[in-house]
Amino acid sequence: MRRNQVAVVGAAETTELGIIPNMSQIQLHADAALNAIADAGLKLSDIDGIATAVETPQQIAHYLGITPTWVDGTSVGGCSFMLHVRHAAAAIEAGLCKTVLITHAESGKSMIGKLPRSIPADSLQGQFEAPFGVYGPPSMFPIPVLRYMKTYGITHEQIAMVAVVQREWAAKNPRATMKDPITVADVLNSRMIAYPFRLLQCCLVTDGGGALILTSADRAKDFPRKPVYILGTGESVETPMVSQMETFNSSRAFKVAGPTAFKEAGITHKDVDHLMIYDAFAHLPLYGLGDLGFMPHEETGKFIADGNTRPGGKLPLNTNGGGLSYMHSGMYGMYALQESVRQMRGIAPAQVKDAKISVCHGVGGMFAASGTIIFTNER
Amino acid sequence: MAEPARAKPKPTPETQYFWDGTQAGELRLQRCDACANVYFPPRPFCPSCGSRKVSVFKASGKGKLYSYVINHRPAAPGFTPPYAIAVVELDEGPRMMSNIIDCPQTPEALELDMKLEVAFEKLDDKITLPMFRPAKG
Ligand SMILES: [Zn+2]
Repeated sequence: MRRNQVAVVGAAETTELGIIPNMSQIQLHADAALNAIADAGLKLSDIDGIATAVETPQQIAHYLGITPTWVDGTSVGGCSFMLHVRHAAAAIEAGLCKTVLITHAESGKSMIGKLPRSIPADSLQGQFEAPFGVYGPPSMFPIPVLRYMKTYGITHEQIAMVAVVQREWAAKNPRATMKDPITVADVLNSRMIAYPFRLLQCCLVTDGGGALILTSADRAKDFPRKPVYILGTGESVETPMVSQMETFNSSRAFKVAGPTAFKEAGITHKDVDHLMIYDAFAHLPLYGLGDLGFMPHEETGKFIADGNTRPGGKLPLNTNGGGLSYMHSGMYGMYALQESVRQMRGIAPAQVKDAKISVCHGVGGMFAASGTIIFTNER
Repeated sequence: MAEPARAKPKPTPETQYFWDGTQAGELRLQRCDACANVYFPPRPFCPSCGSRKVSVFKASGKGKLYSYVINHRPAAPGFTPPYAIAVVELDEGPRMMSNIIDCPQTPEALELDMKLEVAFEKLDDKITLPMFRPAKG
């Protein structure tokens, strides 16, 4: 895909984030969509492309009263929205549609109008994982981390620092769910969830949503907000079964999506001013730093523990507080994208000064899928 | 209302040989006749080269502990926490999820790369699960 041909011209989260007991999941989608459409200065009738995940595009299009000429229902977990951005950019460039709305919302905490997630007993997961006591992401996502720690010499304290540093960022974000400072000792003494991970190393469970509006870069200059251009994109999938990953020492999906986006963007790691790595659990930023090629995996734990990603550090990472402290409705990728867009617009609560390039890296399932979007505010 | 039961596998035509094997006290894997790739989970073709000529064979049942979590909460129905959910690397190459029996469910007892051997746990008349225990000697 060519660089900077498509831009984000509308971006918004739901009016509220956290616990939203007065809205169903589909209404959270609409709330985010209407906020994003207002942000872009558009009307609903201007939207001719729609993408969403978990909920179907037909559900959201009908609820909003949209008649699309382009539809994407890619649903590969929490990074689906990164894939939507990539697909939408290609579709706009190809002339399939002009103005795309991407929505996410999940009533993750209040569970109102939320579709059930179940694993059929005759699926491969149902036969070869579920019988051994896996029960939701906390029992599955951390399964690779002990191997990663042993291979690369990563310590429990270093991984605890991921949560500590992200709380420092969250403290600067008024909309973050958890803002009180924490220490490594707090993390390592919090309630055990699935050894080696404790409560403060696991993502929040909240309600909320977000939406993006994309159009061609040529049109973007006429919109009220500063355009945020799509510089590079990548995507991949590996396996829905965490036990069947090629290796626990890295993520194959990360290693395809990340470098594809860097190559497309034509940038090096030194060019990156701001970084988001989807942190459903505390080990993900380590895998991301290594698999995206910022440094060898051996150095990821020390890099974070030494403070390089904290406020004032040389590589600001997860500046909204991340899934660990900002919010996590179940599919956090949209909130990572929202923070990248805020940073590129220059309006983030914890704004990185003069940031020009933001890398936003997402995961879906338990390392099952990945999408990477590289944004810039300069064309 | 009855307690929700432990998740129980339901075989498909492609996986039936595996579950027939565990019932017979054998851990069965598949090997590609064309490229010799040994793979898991079951499918009637080789995911490495695409050949449909594959054979089922009895695996050694030996492996080592590749990684694990010790799950505390939430516990799956039928499980009493804390319990380890392990990924075992078989001597033949493939990895599979399982539980570690006859071993304390603690980080001290569960050492990565410890040698394991298969054991079979009968759930009912149709399903026997492959479990692993620390290898003897
Ligand atoms: Zn083969």
